[in-house]
Amino acid sequence: MINRSLEWFGDLGNFSWKVIRAAITRPFEFGEIIRQLDEIGSKSLPLVALAGAAVGTVLAIESRSSLARFGAKSMLPVAIVFSIIHEMGPVVTGLVVSGRVGAGIGAELGSMKVTEQIDALEASAVNPYKLLVFTRVLACIVALPLLTLVTDFCGLFAGWIAETLADPISLHEFVSKGFAGVSFSDFLAPTFRTSAFGLIIGLVACFQGMRTQGGTEGVGRSATSSVVLSSLFVILADVILVKLILIFFP
Amino acid sequence: MAEADLGRKQTVNTPGEPVLLLRDIHKAFAAQQVLDGVSLTVVRGETLAVLGRSGTGKSVLLKLIIGLENPDAGSICIQGQEIAGLGLNDMNKLRVKMGFLFQHAALYDSLTVGQNVAFPLERHTKMTKSERNDRVKELLGSVGMEHDLNKMPSDISGGMQKRVGLARALALQPEILLLDEPTAGLDPITSSEIDDLVLRLQKEHALTSVVVTHDLHSARTIADRLALLDKGKVAMEGSFEELAQSDDDFVREFFKRDS
Repeated sequence: MINRSLEWFGDLGNFSWKVIRAAITRPFEFGEIIRQLDEIGSKSLPLVALAGAAVGTVLAIESRSSLARFGAKSMLPVAIVFSIIHEMGPVVTGLVVSGRVGAGIGAELGSMKVTEQIDALEASAVNPYKLLVFTRVLACIVALPLLTLVTDFCGLFAGWIAETLADPISLHEFVSKGFAGVSFSDFLAPTFRTSAFGLIIGLVACFQGMRTQGGTEGVGRSATSSVVLSSLFVILADVILVKLILIFFP
Repeated sequence: MAEADLGRKQTVNTPGEPVLLLRDIHKAFAAQQVLDGVSLTVVRGETLAVLGRSGTGKSVLLKLIIGLENPDAGSICIQGQEIAGLGLNDMNKLRVKMGFLFQHAALYDSLTVGQNVAFPLERHTKMTKSERNDRVKELLGSVGMEHDLNKMPSDISGGMQKRVGLARALALQPEILLLDEPTAGLDPITSSEIDDLVLRLQKEHALTSVVVTHDLHSARTIADRLALLDKGKVAMEGSFEELAQSDDDFVREFFKRDS
């Protein structure tokens, strides 16, 4: 088990090195990057918006009763804003995207691998690490912070709706109270840490897809392992990055 | 299509000059020794058919030639250039001189038939869109698929996919054509059509070819010379007639099954 894990990390290291080398040489595949941004970013919008709204609603309902016990109901907008922009928005976005995009990339590249389409690319003198992997990884890195903004917005808006239905409060007042103690760094660092989630999701999913073996069963395994591993590493990275952010942006 | 469009110079080979030279190739996957000292020479304009039982490393041999796999030992020279230790850019310069038809065609399933054939042209030529479209129509016309330009690979039969794969393999006017089981899984009539097509294209384009096949009839039709692999080695090499008249037990067994 330990040997296999070390071997996996070693292979991932080699794979990453090939991607880096492919990334810094021409051509830069701008067209494919835009296509992947649409595939990974735009098409994830409805899902992250819905997830954000659900989290905001639940957070408002749960926090309301908890804060009421301590007579701190007026702190609800601040609790929702801090929870969402610091942790819930980035993590929910990371996990939702790792589910949708991780499975998609793992299955797509896995299918291309077992049907020799990746070999056909190489035989046509096209570097698959550049065309297939780098473009997807970069699209994940760029799309994740943008999707996090959507999750945050939907979460806060849904949180306000849930709150105002229970105890009417204007949107202006909710925002004023919620963002009263929020600085730009409160918002910036957590949002951009999702770029690291994007790197993890893109790299792990492409790696699992490109090493697929064993026909359609192998494609299924790659899709599953892409989701499981990228979700796991997103959670681990979140713990590490939260600590680092607290050190550098106290 | 002018060679200048391809951005490279045509290598001029004299007739009889070895274009592919494989010397003492060894290749193993885990504990399984697939190739155990294979040596083959293919001269310009010649078609070599590589035959053998399943799992004897015939397809691996083609993948070694185009650099998709690396040999554990031995030397592969393509047009006088040793490919071991070549960087990716240099290997790619050689790859554009080779066309590869995969066993299951390996068409890009997210692209249409026309886009599949246009793909190498987009990547390696400076053709305008209209020049590219004309070239794609010409290539698909040469394999009898000009009316299926906008179909997806999943909408056409296995035989048609192989035709498209062949058109794609010929897109960059290769000097060397590598065919992996061009007739496998096809009915006898379609197999015969593919054989005729390959034969015609080989003559039209003066190609040097290596064909991996199980199909003795196909090998007899399209190849000048045959090499029979057994236990990772070349059991016998020669014309169809020479192999058919061999006293070697394995060769006789192989030919008897077909007759």
